[in-house]
Amino acid sequence: MAVIEVQNLRKQYGDTIAVRDVSFTVERGEIFGILGPNGAGKTTTVECVAGLRDPDGGTITVLGRPPHDPSLRTEVGVQLQESQLPEKLSVREALELYSTFYPEPADWRALARELGLGDKLATRYAKLSGGQKQRLSIALALIGNPKIAVLDELTTGLDPQARRDTWDLIESIRATGVTVVLVTHFMAEAERLCDRIAVIDRGEVVALDSPAGLIAGIAVEQRIRFRPSVPLDDELFTTLDEVREVRRHGSQLEVVGTGNLLHAVTSVLATHQIIAHDLRVEQASLDDAFVRLTGQDGTE
Amino acid sequence: MRVFPKLTVTEIKLLLREPLPTFFSLLFPTVLVVILGCIPAFREPSADLGGSRVIDLYVGIAAVLSLATLGLQVVPTVLAGYREKGILRRLATTPVRPSTLLSAQLAAALLTAVVAAALAIAVGRIAFDVPLPAHFAGFVLAYLLAALGVFAIGLFIAALAPTGKAANAIGTLLFFPSMFFAGLWTPREVFPEVLQRIGDFTPLGAGERAVHEAMTGHWPSALSATVLVAYLVVFGLAAGRLFRWS
Repeated sequence: MAVIEVQNLRKQYGDTIAVRDVSFTVERGEIFGILGPNGAGKTTTVECVAGLRDPDGGTITVLGRPPHDPSLRTEVGVQLQESQLPEKLSVREALELYSTFYPEPADWRALARELGLGDKLATRYAKLSGGQKQRLSIALALIGNPKIAVLDELTTGLDPQARRDTWDLIESIRATGVTVVLVTHFMAEAERLCDRIAVIDRGEVVALDSPAGLIAGIAVEQRIRFRPSVPLDDELFTTLDEVREVRRHGSQLEVVGTGNLLHAVTSVLATHQIIAHDLRVEQASLDDAFVRLTGQDGTE
Repeated sequence: MRVFPKLTVTEIKLLLREPLPTFFSLLFPTVLVVILGCIPAFREPSADLGGSRVIDLYVGIAAVLSLATLGLQVVPTVLAGYREKGILRRLATTPVRPSTLLSAQLAAALLTAVVAAALAIAVGRIAFDVPLPAHFAGFVLAYLLAALGVFAIGLFIAALAPTGKAANAIGTLLFFPSMFFAGLWTPREVFPEVLQRIGDFTPLGAGERAVHEAMTGHWPSALSATVLVAYLVVFGLAAGRLFRWS
Protein backbone atom coordinates (compact mmCIF):
# COMPACT_ATOMS: atom_id res chain seq x y z
CA MET A 1 0.00 0.00 0.00
CA ALA A 2 1.35 3.39 -0.99
CA VAL A 3 2.00 5.81 1.89
CA ILE A 4 3.37 8.58 -0.31
CA GLU A 5 2.22 9.34 -3.84
CA VAL A 6 3.88 12.04 -5.89
CA GLN A 7 2.50 12.76 -9.36
CA ASN A 8 4.05 15.12 -11.89
CA LEU A 9 5.49 17.36 -9.20
CA ARG A 10 6.76 20.70 -10.48
CA LYS A 11 8.38 23.51 -8.50
CA GLN A 12 10.27 26.57 -9.63
CA TYR A 13 11.93 29.46 -7.88
CA GLY A 14 11.63 32.51 -10.11
CA ASP A 15 12.99 31.41 -13.49
CA THR A 16 14.86 28.44 -12.07
CA ILE A 17 13.03 25.14 -12.38
CA ALA A 18 14.02 23.06 -9.36
CA VAL A 19 11.69 20.16 -10.06
CA ARG A 20 10.41 19.66 -13.60
CA ASP A 21 8.41 16.45 -13.46
CA VAL A 22 8.79 14.00 -10.61
CA SER A 23 6.48 11.06 -9.93
CA PHE A 24 6.94 8.12 -7.58
CA THR A 25 5.11 6.17 -4.91
CA VAL A 26 6.54 4.96 -1.66
CA GLU A 27 5.16 1.70 -0.25
CA ARG A 28 4.49 1.10 3.42
CA GLY A 29 7.51 -0.22 5.29
CA GLU A 30 10.12 0.24 2.58
CA ILE A 31 13.26 2.31 2.54
CA PHE A 32 12.89 4.50 -0.50
CA GLY A 33 15.93 6.31 -1.77
CA ILE A 34 16.03 9.57 -3.67
CA LEU A 35 19.39 9.71 -5.35
CA GLY A 36 20.79 12.41 -7.55
CA PRO A 37 23.62 14.85 -8.08
CA ASN A 38 23.68 18.16 -6.19
CA GLY A 39 21.04 20.54 -7.48
CA ALA A 40 18.97 17.78 -9.05
CA GLY A 41 15.88 18.75 -7.07
CA LYS A 42 16.03 16.10 -4.34
CA THR A 43 15.69 18.47 -1.41
CA THR A 44 12.94 20.50 -3.05
CA THR A 45 11.06 17.27 -3.70
CA VAL A 46 11.18 16.14 -0.07
CA GLU A 47 10.40 19.65 1.15
CA CYS A 48 7.21 19.49 -0.88
CA VAL A 49 6.46 16.03 0.53
CA ALA A 50 7.10 17.34 4.06
CA GLY A 51 4.64 20.19 3.46
CA LEU A 52 7.30 22.89 3.79
CA ARG A 53 6.85 24.12 0.23
CA ASP A 54 3.82 24.33 -2.00
CA PRO A 55 4.29 22.69 -5.40
CA ASP A 56 3.65 24.75 -8.55
CA GLY A 57 2.17 21.72 -10.24
CA GLY A 58 1.27 18.07 -9.72
CA THR A 59 -0.21 16.36 -6.71
CA ILE A 60 1.21 14.84 -3.56
CA THR A 61 -0.58 12.73 -0.98
CA VAL A 62 0.99 11.49 2.24
CA LEU A 63 -0.94 8.78 4.10
CA GLY A 64 -3.83 9.75 1.84
CA ARG A 65 -3.78 13.40 2.90
CA PRO A 66 -2.35 16.59 1.36
CA PRO A 67 1.19 17.22 2.65
CA HIS A 68 0.34 20.42 4.54
CA ASP A 69 -2.38 18.67 6.58
CA PRO A 70 -1.54 19.49 10.23
CA SER A 71 -2.39 15.96 11.35
CA LEU A 72 0.59 14.68 9.37
CA ARG A 73 3.07 16.53 11.58
CA THR A 74 2.72 13.87 14.29
CA GLU A 75 3.09 11.02 11.78
CA VAL A 76 5.94 12.24 9.62
CA GLY A 77 9.37 12.88 11.14
CA VAL A 78 11.66 15.07 9.08
CA GLN A 79 15.38 15.60 9.29
CA LEU A 80 16.37 18.59 7.21
CA GLN A 81 19.70 19.61 5.83
CA GLU A 82 21.29 22.62 7.52
CA SER A 83 18.81 22.84 10.37
CA GLN A 84 20.55 23.83 13.57
CA LEU A 85 19.48 24.29 17.17
CA PRO A 86 20.14 27.11 19.62
CA GLU A 87 23.84 27.03 20.50
CA LYS A 88 23.38 26.85 24.24
CA LEU A 89 20.66 24.20 24.26
CA SER A 90 21.92 20.89 25.63
CA VAL A 91 21.26 17.53 24.00
CA ARG A 92 19.04 16.52 26.91
CA GLU A 93 17.05 19.76 26.74
CA ALA A 94 16.55 19.44 22.99
CA LEU A 95 15.36 15.84 23.25
CA GLU A 96 13.09 16.58 26.23
CA LEU A 97 11.65 19.68 24.59
CA TYR A 98 10.94 18.02 21.25
CA SER A 99 9.40 14.98 22.91
CA THR A 100 6.77 17.25 24.50
CA PHE A 101 5.70 18.23 20.97
CA TYR A 102 4.26 14.78 20.23
CA PRO A 103 1.31 12.84 21.65
CA GLU A 104 3.21 9.52 21.83
CA PRO A 105 6.91 10.29 21.86
CA ALA A 106 9.66 7.70 21.79
CA ASP A 107 11.82 7.19 24.87
CA TRP A 108 14.41 9.90 24.21
CA ARG A 109 16.99 8.30 26.50
CA ALA A 110 16.89 5.06 24.52
CA LEU A 111 17.00 7.00 21.27
CA ALA A 112 20.03 8.97 22.47
CA ARG A 113 21.78 5.74 23.43
CA GLU A 114 21.03 4.11 20.08
CA LEU A 115 22.44 7.14 18.29
CA GLY A 116 25.56 7.21 20.43
CA LEU A 117 24.59 10.40 22.25
CA GLY A 118 24.10 8.74 25.64
CA ASP A 119 27.19 10.35 27.13
CA LYS A 120 26.56 13.73 25.48
CA LEU A 121 23.27 14.61 27.13
CA ALA A 122 24.72 17.51 29.11
CA THR A 123 26.68 18.86 26.15
CA ARG A 124 25.46 22.04 24.51
CA TYR A 125 24.68 22.07 20.81
CA ALA A 126 27.57 24.38 19.90
CA LYS A 127 30.06 21.97 21.53
CA LEU A 128 28.93 18.92 19.54
CA SER A 129 30.95 17.63 16.60
CA GLY A 130 29.41 17.70 13.14
CA GLY A 131 28.54 14.02 13.39
CA GLN A 132 26.95 14.42 16.82
CA LYS A 133 24.85 17.35 15.59
CA GLN A 134 23.72 15.18 12.69
CA ARG A 135 22.79 12.32 15.00
CA LEU A 136 20.86 14.66 17.28
CA SER A 137 19.01 15.90 14.22
CA ILE A 138 18.12 12.31 13.30
CA ALA A 139 16.98 11.68 16.88
CA LEU A 140 14.66 14.70 16.70
CA ALA A 141 13.16 13.37 13.46
CA LEU A 142 12.40 10.05 15.15
CA ILE A 143 11.35 11.30 18.58
CA GLY A 144 7.65 11.49 17.73
CA ASN A 145 7.49 7.79 16.79
CA PRO A 146 6.63 8.69 13.18
CA LYS A 147 5.03 6.35 10.62
CA ILE A 148 7.20 7.94 7.95
CA ALA A 149 10.72 9.30 8.44
CA VAL A 150 12.11 11.66 5.82
CA LEU A 151 15.86 11.95 6.16
CA ASP A 152 17.76 14.40 3.96
CA GLU A 153 21.48 13.66 3.54
CA LEU A 154 21.49 11.85 6.82
CA THR A 155 25.09 10.66 6.96
CA THR A 156 26.76 13.73 5.49
CA GLY A 157 29.54 14.77 7.84
CA LEU A 158 29.64 11.47 9.70
CA ASP A 159 32.83 9.43 9.99
CA PRO A 160 32.73 5.91 8.47
CA GLN A 161 32.00 4.18 11.78
CA ALA A 162 29.20 6.61 12.67
CA ARG A 163 27.83 6.21 9.16
CA ARG A 164 27.61 2.42 9.54
CA ASP A 165 26.03 2.81 12.99
CA THR A 166 23.45 5.15 11.48
CA TRP A 167 22.71 2.66 8.71
CA ASP A 168 22.12 -0.03 11.33
CA LEU A 169 19.80 2.35 13.13
CA ILE A 170 17.82 3.05 9.95
CA GLU A 171 17.43 -0.68 9.35
CA SER A 172 16.23 -1.21 12.90
CA ILE A 173 13.72 1.63 12.49
CA ARG A 174 12.43 0.03 9.32
CA ALA A 175 12.16 -3.27 11.18
CA THR A 176 9.62 -1.59 13.47
CA GLY A 177 7.44 -0.81 10.45
CA VAL A 178 8.46 2.78 9.79
CA THR A 179 8.62 3.83 6.16
CA VAL A 180 11.85 5.67 5.42
CA VAL A 181 12.46 8.18 2.64
CA LEU A 182 16.17 8.70 2.29
CA VAL A 183 17.70 11.52 0.27
CA THR A 184 21.31 10.89 -0.49
CA HIS A 185 24.12 11.27 -2.93
CA PHE A 186 26.10 8.40 -1.38
CA MET A 187 25.98 5.34 -3.61
CA ALA A 188 27.12 2.94 -0.89
CA GLU A 189 24.38 4.21 1.39
CA ALA A 190 21.65 3.85 -1.21
CA GLU A 191 22.90 0.41 -2.28
CA ARG A 192 23.09 -0.85 1.29
CA LEU A 193 19.82 0.55 2.63
CA CYS A 194 17.28 1.17 -0.08
CA ASP A 195 14.66 -1.24 -1.35
CA ARG A 196 13.98 1.05 -4.27
CA ILE A 197 15.64 4.15 -5.58
CA ALA A 198 14.40 7.03 -7.67
CA VAL A 199 17.31 8.60 -9.50
CA ILE A 200 16.58 12.28 -10.03
CA ASP A 201 18.52 14.42 -12.45
CA ARG A 202 17.78 17.98 -13.54
CA GLY A 203 14.39 17.90 -11.89
CA GLU A 204 13.19 14.64 -13.43
CA VAL A 205 13.11 10.98 -12.44
CA VAL A 206 15.52 9.25 -14.83
CA ALA A 207 15.21 5.78 -13.31
CA LEU A 208 13.22 4.05 -10.58
CA ASP A 209 14.15 0.53 -9.54
CA SER A 210 15.81 -1.60 -6.89
CA PRO A 211 19.57 -1.07 -6.57
CA ALA A 212 20.16 -4.43 -8.30
CA GLY A 213 17.65 -3.53 -10.99
CA LEU A 214 19.35 -0.21 -11.65
CA ILE A 215 22.70 -1.93 -11.99
CA ALA A 216 21.35 -4.69 -14.23
CA GLY A 217 19.57 -2.10 -16.33
CA ILE A 218 22.75 -0.50 -17.53
CA ALA A 219 24.25 -3.89 -18.60
CA VAL A 220 27.85 -2.99 -18.13
CA GLU A 221 30.52 -5.54 -18.76
CA GLN A 222 32.10 -7.51 -15.98
CA ARG A 223 35.79 -8.14 -15.69
CA ILE A 224 37.37 -11.16 -14.05
CA ARG A 225 41.09 -11.04 -13.34
CA PHE A 226 43.20 -13.86 -12.03
CA ARG A 227 46.59 -15.54 -12.24
CA PRO A 228 46.13 -19.14 -13.52
CA SER A 229 48.15 -21.86 -11.74
CA VAL A 230 49.25 -23.29 -15.13
CA PRO A 231 49.68 -21.62 -18.52
CA LEU A 232 46.49 -21.81 -20.53
CA ASP A 233 45.14 -21.01 -23.96
CA ASP A 234 42.86 -17.99 -24.50
CA GLU A 235 40.56 -20.17 -26.55
CA LEU A 236 39.40 -21.94 -23.41
CA PHE A 237 37.39 -18.77 -22.74
CA THR A 238 36.91 -17.03 -26.06
CA THR A 239 34.67 -19.88 -27.19
CA LEU A 240 32.21 -19.13 -24.35
CA ASP A 241 29.07 -17.11 -25.22
CA GLU A 242 29.48 -14.91 -22.16
CA VAL A 243 33.02 -13.86 -23.04
CA ARG A 244 33.77 -10.98 -25.36
CA GLU A 245 37.46 -10.58 -24.90
CA VAL A 246 40.48 -12.04 -23.13
CA ARG A 247 43.43 -9.82 -22.27
CA ARG A 248 46.77 -10.61 -20.73
CA HIS A 249 48.64 -8.42 -18.32
CA GLY A 250 51.92 -10.26 -17.64
CA SER A 251 50.97 -13.39 -15.73
CA GLN A 252 47.46 -12.02 -15.17
CA LEU A 253 44.52 -12.93 -17.31
CA GLU A 254 41.54 -10.62 -17.73
CA VAL A 255 38.29 -12.02 -19.05
CA VAL A 256 35.72 -9.44 -20.16
CA GLY A 257 32.11 -10.29 -20.80
CA THR A 258 28.47 -10.12 -19.77
CA GLY A 259 25.74 -12.28 -18.30
CA ASN A 260 26.70 -15.02 -15.87
CA LEU A 261 30.37 -14.57 -16.64
CA LEU A 262 31.79 -15.70 -13.32
CA HIS A 263 29.98 -19.01 -13.40
CA ALA A 264 31.08 -19.71 -16.98
CA VAL A 265 34.72 -18.92 -16.26
CA THR A 266 34.94 -20.86 -13.00
CA SER A 267 33.29 -23.90 -14.63
CA VAL A 268 35.99 -23.97 -17.29
CA LEU A 269 38.69 -23.59 -14.66
CA ALA A 270 37.22 -26.41 -12.60
CA THR A 271 36.95 -28.74 -15.60
CA HIS A 272 40.64 -28.22 -16.37
CA GLN A 273 41.63 -28.31 -12.71
CA ILE A 274 43.21 -24.90 -12.95
CA ILE A 275 43.44 -22.83 -9.80
CA ALA A 276 42.79 -19.10 -10.14
CA HIS A 277 45.09 -17.10 -7.86
CA ASP A 278 44.24 -13.52 -6.82
CA LEU A 279 40.80 -13.81 -8.39
CA ARG A 280 38.99 -10.51 -8.59
CA VAL A 281 35.62 -9.78 -10.08
CA GLU A 282 34.86 -6.25 -11.13
CA GLN A 283 31.15 -5.75 -11.51
CA ALA A 284 29.16 -2.71 -12.29
CA SER A 285 28.18 -0.89 -9.15
CA LEU A 286 25.43 1.57 -8.42
CA ASP A 287 28.11 4.16 -9.05
CA ASP A 288 28.41 3.01 -12.67
CA ALA A 289 24.64 3.01 -13.02
CA PHE A 290 24.47 6.50 -11.57
CA VAL A 291 27.15 7.86 -13.87
CA ARG A 292 25.42 6.26 -16.83
CA LEU A 293 22.02 7.67 -15.86
CA THR A 294 23.02 11.19 -14.94
CA GLY A 295 26.28 11.65 -16.78
CA GLN A 296 27.79 12.75 -13.51
CA ASP A 297 30.20 11.34 -11.01
CA GLY A 298 28.16 10.83 -7.87
CA THR A 299 31.06 10.30 -5.53
CA GLU A 300 32.16 13.94 -5.68
CA MET B 1 -0.98 22.51 26.50
CA ARG B 2 2.39 21.95 28.13
CA VAL B 3 4.38 22.90 25.04
CA PHE B 4 4.10 26.66 25.47
CA PRO B 5 5.26 26.76 29.13
CA LYS B 6 8.08 24.35 28.29
CA LEU B 7 9.17 26.47 25.32
CA THR B 8 8.97 29.65 27.41
CA VAL B 9 11.09 28.16 30.19
CA THR B 10 13.60 26.98 27.59
CA GLU B 11 13.74 30.46 26.06
CA ILE B 12 14.35 31.99 29.50
CA LYS B 13 17.13 29.48 30.19
CA LEU B 14 18.74 30.24 26.83
CA LEU B 15 18.52 33.98 27.49
CA LEU B 16 20.10 33.61 30.93
CA ARG B 17 22.99 31.68 29.36
CA GLU B 18 24.00 34.76 27.35
CA PRO B 19 25.95 36.89 29.82
CA LEU B 20 25.78 40.26 28.05
CA PRO B 21 22.07 40.33 27.17
CA THR B 22 21.27 39.02 30.65
CA PHE B 23 23.30 41.77 32.29
CA PHE B 24 21.93 44.58 30.16
CA SER B 25 18.29 43.53 30.24
CA LEU B 26 18.01 42.15 33.76
CA LEU B 27 20.58 43.87 35.96
CA PHE B 28 21.80 47.03 34.26
CA PRO B 29 18.60 49.02 34.93
CA THR B 30 19.08 48.44 38.67
CA VAL B 31 22.81 49.18 38.42
CA LEU B 32 21.87 52.47 36.76
CA VAL B 33 19.47 53.32 39.62
CA VAL B 34 22.19 52.54 42.19
CA ILE B 35 24.84 54.62 40.42
CA LEU B 36 22.59 57.64 39.96
CA GLY B 37 21.22 57.24 43.48
CA CYS B 38 24.74 57.51 44.86
CA ILE B 39 25.06 61.04 43.48
CA PRO B 40 23.88 63.32 46.32
CA ALA B 41 22.48 66.05 44.03
CA PHE B 42 20.15 63.50 42.37
CA ARG B 43 18.59 62.77 45.74
CA GLU B 44 17.59 66.43 46.27
CA PRO B 45 14.19 67.76 45.11
CA SER B 46 14.69 69.81 41.96
CA ALA B 47 12.67 72.86 40.94
CA ASP B 48 13.28 71.97 37.23
CA LEU B 49 11.50 68.66 37.79
CA GLY B 50 8.52 70.14 39.58
CA GLY B 51 9.80 69.23 42.98
CA SER B 52 10.61 65.57 42.37
CA ARG B 53 14.11 64.14 42.56
CA VAL B 54 16.19 62.92 39.62
CA ILE B 55 16.39 59.46 41.15
CA ASP B 56 12.58 59.29 41.35
CA LEU B 57 12.41 59.71 37.58
CA TYR B 58 15.17 57.23 36.81
CA VAL B 59 13.41 54.26 38.36
CA GLY B 60 10.74 54.50 35.64
CA ILE B 61 13.37 55.16 32.96
CA ALA B 62 15.31 52.10 34.16
CA ALA B 63 12.20 49.92 33.86
CA VAL B 64 11.67 51.14 30.28
CA LEU B 65 15.38 50.63 29.52
CA SER B 66 14.97 46.90 30.13
CA LEU B 67 12.09 46.81 27.62
CA ALA B 68 14.20 48.63 25.05
CA THR B 69 17.15 46.26 25.41
CA LEU B 70 14.92 43.21 25.19
CA GLY B 71 12.52 44.43 22.53
CA LEU B 72 14.92 46.18 20.17
CA GLN B 73 18.06 44.10 20.60
CA VAL B 74 17.56 40.73 22.26
CA VAL B 75 14.28 39.56 20.72
CA PRO B 76 15.07 40.53 17.09
CA THR B 77 18.57 39.04 17.30
CA VAL B 78 17.31 35.76 18.72
CA LEU B 79 14.38 35.41 16.31
CA ALA B 80 16.28 36.38 13.16
CA GLY B 81 18.98 33.93 14.30
CA TYR B 82 16.36 31.21 14.71
CA ARG B 83 15.26 31.76 11.14
CA GLU B 84 18.83 31.95 9.84
CA LYS B 85 19.78 28.68 11.56
CA GLY B 86 16.74 26.78 10.27
CA ILE B 87 15.30 26.38 13.76
CA LEU B 88 11.92 27.75 12.67
CA ARG B 89 11.97 25.52 9.60
CA ARG B 90 12.67 22.45 11.71
CA LEU B 91 9.82 23.44 14.00
CA ALA B 92 7.52 23.69 10.98
CA THR B 93 7.95 19.91 10.48
CA THR B 94 6.70 19.19 14.02
CA PRO B 95 3.18 19.52 15.44
CA VAL B 96 4.29 22.83 17.01
CA ARG B 97 3.83 25.91 14.86
CA PRO B 98 6.86 28.21 14.57
CA SER B 99 4.59 31.03 15.80
CA THR B 100 4.43 29.24 19.15
CA LEU B 101 8.18 29.71 19.49
CA LEU B 102 7.78 33.39 18.64
CA SER B 103 5.17 33.77 21.37
CA ALA B 104 7.35 31.87 23.83
CA GLN B 105 10.27 34.15 23.07
CA LEU B 106 8.08 37.21 23.64
CA ALA B 107 6.72 35.75 26.89
CA ALA B 108 10.27 35.05 28.06
CA ALA B 109 11.27 38.62 27.25
CA LEU B 110 8.22 40.04 29.02
CA LEU B 111 8.89 37.99 32.18
CA THR B 112 12.52 39.11 32.13
CA ALA B 113 11.45 42.75 31.79
CA VAL B 114 8.97 42.42 34.65
CA VAL B 115 11.66 40.99 36.93
CA ALA B 116 14.10 43.72 35.85
CA ALA B 117 11.51 46.43 36.56
CA ALA B 118 10.55 44.92 39.91
CA LEU B 119 14.22 44.79 40.87
CA ALA B 120 14.82 48.42 39.89
CA ILE B 121 11.69 49.56 41.73
CA ALA B 122 12.53 47.53 44.86
CA VAL B 123 16.12 48.76 45.01
CA GLY B 124 14.97 52.32 44.38
CA ARG B 125 12.46 52.03 47.23
CA ILE B 126 14.81 50.34 49.70
CA ALA B 127 18.03 52.20 48.97
CA PHE B 128 16.84 55.64 47.91
CA ASP B 129 13.30 55.91 49.22
CA VAL B 130 11.80 56.23 45.72
CA PRO B 131 7.99 55.93 46.06
CA LEU B 132 6.43 52.76 44.65
CA PRO B 133 4.14 53.25 41.64
CA ALA B 134 1.30 55.32 43.07
CA HIS B 135 -1.25 53.81 40.66
CA PHE B 136 -0.36 50.13 40.57
CA ALA B 137 -2.97 48.97 38.03
CA GLY B 138 -2.05 51.93 35.86
CA PHE B 139 1.60 50.96 36.12
CA VAL B 140 0.90 47.37 35.07
CA LEU B 141 -1.14 48.62 32.12
CA ALA B 142 1.50 51.20 31.13
CA TYR B 143 4.33 48.67 31.30
CA LEU B 144 2.33 46.08 29.36
CA LEU B 145 1.40 48.58 26.63
CA ALA B 146 5.00 49.76 26.39
CA ALA B 147 6.20 46.15 26.17
CA LEU B 148 3.69 45.31 23.42
CA GLY B 149 4.56 48.41 21.40
CA VAL B 150 8.31 47.84 21.62
CA PHE B 151 8.10 44.08 21.07
CA ALA B 152 6.01 44.64 17.94
CA ILE B 153 8.86 46.78 16.59
CA GLY B 154 11.26 44.00 17.61
CA LEU B 155 9.24 41.46 15.62
CA PHE B 156 9.23 43.84 12.67
CA ILE B 157 13.06 44.06 12.84
CA ALA B 158 13.25 40.26 13.03
CA ALA B 159 10.99 40.05 9.97
CA LEU B 160 13.22 42.41 7.95
CA ALA B 161 16.68 41.28 9.04
CA PRO B 162 18.16 38.39 7.07
CA THR B 163 20.48 37.31 9.90
CA GLY B 164 20.82 37.57 13.66
CA LYS B 165 23.78 39.92 13.24
CA ALA B 166 21.80 42.22 10.96
CA ALA B 167 18.91 42.27 13.41
CA ASN B 168 21.29 43.21 16.20
CA ALA B 169 22.74 46.05 14.14
CA ILE B 170 19.31 47.46 13.28
CA GLY B 171 18.16 47.11 16.88
CA THR B 172 21.24 48.89 18.21
CA LEU B 173 20.76 51.74 15.74
CA LEU B 174 17.18 52.20 16.93
CA PHE B 175 18.05 51.73 20.59
CA PHE B 176 20.00 54.97 21.08
CA PRO B 177 17.55 57.51 19.64
CA SER B 178 14.66 55.61 21.23
CA MET B 179 16.21 55.68 24.67
CA PHE B 180 17.19 59.33 24.18
CA PHE B 181 13.49 60.18 23.87
CA ALA B 182 12.75 57.99 26.88
CA GLY B 183 15.09 60.23 28.86
CA LEU B 184 17.97 57.86 29.48
CA TRP B 185 20.54 60.67 29.18
CA THR B 186 18.38 63.59 30.28
CA PRO B 187 14.92 63.12 31.78
CA ARG B 188 12.10 64.06 29.40
CA GLU B 189 10.88 66.57 31.98
CA VAL B 190 13.83 68.89 31.24
CA PHE B 191 13.54 68.52 27.44
CA PRO B 192 12.62 71.65 25.45
CA GLU B 193 8.92 71.64 24.59
CA VAL B 194 9.45 70.58 20.96
CA LEU B 195 11.60 67.57 21.91
CA GLN B 196 9.01 66.51 24.46
CA ARG B 197 6.29 66.63 21.78
CA ILE B 198 8.41 64.55 19.39
CA GLY B 199 9.24 62.14 22.21
CA ASP B 200 5.54 61.63 22.95
CA PHE B 201 5.19 59.98 19.55
CA THR B 202 8.22 57.67 19.83
CA PRO B 203 7.60 54.20 21.26
CA LEU B 204 9.90 54.51 24.25
CA GLY B 205 9.10 58.19 24.83
CA ALA B 206 5.42 57.27 25.01
CA GLY B 207 6.27 54.20 27.09
CA GLU B 208 8.29 56.18 29.60
CA ARG B 209 5.59 58.82 29.77
CA ALA B 210 2.90 56.21 30.47
CA VAL B 211 5.07 54.61 33.14
CA HIS B 212 5.84 57.99 34.69
CA GLU B 213 2.15 58.87 34.73
CA ALA B 214 1.39 55.67 36.65
CA MET B 215 4.37 56.17 38.99
CA THR B 216 2.88 59.53 39.96
CA GLY B 217 -0.63 58.21 40.53
CA HIS B 218 -2.53 58.29 37.22
CA TRP B 219 -3.76 55.97 34.52
CA PRO B 220 -1.64 56.25 31.36
CA SER B 221 -2.84 59.29 29.41
CA ALA B 222 -4.94 58.76 26.29
CA LEU B 223 -2.08 60.10 24.17
CA SER B 224 0.62 57.73 25.42
CA ALA B 225 -1.74 54.74 25.43
CA THR B 226 -2.92 55.51 21.88
CA VAL B 227 0.64 55.93 20.60
CA LEU B 228 1.69 52.58 22.11
CA VAL B 229 -1.36 50.75 20.77
CA ALA B 230 -0.69 52.29 17.35
CA TYR B 231 2.89 50.95 17.37
CA LEU B 232 1.57 47.54 18.39
CA VAL B 233 -1.03 47.44 15.62
CA VAL B 234 1.06 48.92 12.79
CA PHE B 235 4.31 47.06 13.43
CA GLY B 236 2.59 43.91 14.66
CA LEU B 237 0.56 43.64 11.44
CA ALA B 238 3.55 44.50 9.26
CA ALA B 239 5.67 41.88 11.04
CA GLY B 240 2.90 39.33 10.64
CA ARG B 241 2.80 40.01 6.90
CA LEU B 242 6.55 40.11 6.34
CA PHE B 243 7.82 37.42 8.69
CA ARG B 244 9.32 34.43 6.87
CA TRP B 245 9.85 31.12 8.57
CA SER B 246 12.81 30.12 6.44
